[in-house]
Amino acid sequence: MEPRKLSITQLREMAKEIRRDIIRMLVEAKSGHSGGPLGAADIFTVLYFGGVLRYRPDDPWWQERDRLVLSAGHMCPVLYATLAEAGFFPKEELMTLRKFGSRLQGHPGRDKGLPGVETSSGSLGQGLSIAVGMALGGKYLSKANWRVYSFNGDGELQEGSIWEAIMAAGHYKLDNLTMIVDRNYCQIDGITEQVMGIDPLDEKLRAFRWHVVNANGHDMESLLSAFAEARETKGKPTAIIARTIMGKGVSFMENDCSWHGKPPTKEQGERALAELQ
Amino acid sequence: MKGVFRMFDVTSPPQKKATRYGFGEGLVALGEMDPRIVVLGSDITGSVMTSMFRDKFPERFFSLGIAEQNATTVAVGLALIGYIPFMSTYGAFASARNLDQIRVSVCYNEANVKIGGGHAGISVGPDGATHQALEEIATTRVMPNMTVIVPCDAVEMKKATIAAAEEIVGPVYLRFGREAVPLFTTEETPFKIGRAEVFHEGNDVSIIACGSMVWEGLVAAHELEKEGIHARVINLHTIKPIDKETIIRAAKETGAIVTAEEHQIFAGMGSAVAEVVVQNYPVPMEFVAVNDRFGESGEPEELMRAFGLTHKEIAAAVKKVMKRRDAGK
Repeated sequence: MEPRKLSITQLREMAKEIRRDIIRMLVEAKSGHSGGPLGAADIFTVLYFGGVLRYRPDDPWWQERDRLVLSAGHMCPVLYATLAEAGFFPKEELMTLRKFGSRLQGHPGRDKGLPGVETSSGSLGQGLSIAVGMALGGKYLSKANWRVYSFNGDGELQEGSIWEAIMAAGHYKLDNLTMIVDRNYCQIDGITEQVMGIDPLDEKLRAFRWHVVNANGHDMESLLSAFAEARETKGKPTAIIARTIMGKGVSFMENDCSWHGKPPTKEQGERALAELQ
Repeated sequence: MKGVFRMFDVTSPPQKKATRYGFGEGLVALGEMDPRIVVLGSDITGSVMTSMFRDKFPERFFSLGIAEQNATTVAVGLALIGYIPFMSTYGAFASARNLDQIRVSVCYNEANVKIGGGHAGISVGPDGATHQALEEIATTRVMPNMTVIVPCDAVEMKKATIAAAEEIVGPVYLRFGREAVPLFTTEETPFKIGRAEVFHEGNDVSIIACGSMVWEGLVAAHELEKEGIHARVINLHTIKPIDKETIIRAAKETGAIVTAEEHQIFAGMGSAVAEVVVQNYPVPMEFVAVNDRFGESGEPEELMRAFGLTHKEIAAAVKKVMKRRDAGK
């Protein structure tokens, strides 16, 4: 089974459906992260339905698949919702998020065997290093055709070990590696540039020998073109700095950092779903 | 088993070799037999002997610089796509600086990553406390899915390195030292991960040791024989999963146990033995280990004496534990 490739209009509809899934899951779970997953819904839609990732939902561990490492583990509601929409597992299972015995852990647990989840993550800053390991082996040992993607939050870039990984990827010219930075400028304590400044991020990454593409994280065409540019870039890893709005699509959550780590109540969820029709 | 005991002659000066050479030789042997073996460098390749693999298999060696957190996690990425990566540096940086990476990315992922922690113990010598790793057994054995091995000499180290990759699918921590230590086992000496070996028979008391302290335990047993005390010496090279059966049998048959390790006294091998003993067959125990303090500069043998890590302290602990046991009768 090959992945569905949707038109721009269909992609926008799919992103809306994924956002609705996220709201339903979080209302049911009564805990979890709302703002980030809503903000990244367009990116995940493009990855899985825009022809970016190669995967087989009926053969999730297919050797030739592209690998997506969710470095920012707390973003998992958007990954779970997208995987379910892509057919990796039944959508009903989304409602088990964060419950005892569920394959949908509060932060991804590879031991639970949820199809499509490549690694455990949750302690920030480690996923990019795992992606570097995969890309290193893929490029130099396996001579593989598959590509590696790492999804990172912007606050996560404050972790020191992330820069070890960024340095190694540039050093080894890992052009089969793409890092997506979800640049929403929000973290739990507030605005990233006040908590611990990250900018000028593009200059830093270029200095570490990366190719950098700035994209609008809510514009399907901008994202599609960024991923195409990453694929075509040789001799360097590519970072896509995707400007996003935390809580995108739900007016009372947008750009409010306090929505980083809490779920909507039942009533707030209904209001959110109404806005996402 | 019968053929094994008393096979080690402690009366003549032994040949000496550092366990790190066994690690390097094991890696080279693995490189020849298994194309999945990959080695990651953290700058000090010549010290931990990963240079031996690098020189022979440069295409399967990746230098990652002085960045142990990244190296540990890059190894996870390689493991998840089917390779068997060895990450190696000094134990202080291979088991502590990268401990969160070991916890979340290596162990929680159950990734097939092998970590070689060199420069274990105070026998590192002049480099001093920062480079004398004394906590690795504690930090690694507490992690679910982890196997922890502390070989007693260079030959056993080579066997352990090969077995870590060929017999265990999952995380393994291998602890080895810098300094030349007695080389007394041979190719024929039994070695199986998870199975402790009785290196000297006796029923009066048990000495359970790992790493360089196994030799010291054998010397102590030899000295104690002269006083009519027959000590059983057990090489507990695998700290986790621990060989409960051999430990419980030692507790039942000898009634007193001394553990000996070149490691902090808390949460190390001795504690692991105590966990088994108190839950199954409580007997008096004494611990020969570094007594909750940091190391310091000095010559290796000088430090081992100063920190109480020789056969003399083991023999003294044996007498003390036997006295405690006999007083309780």
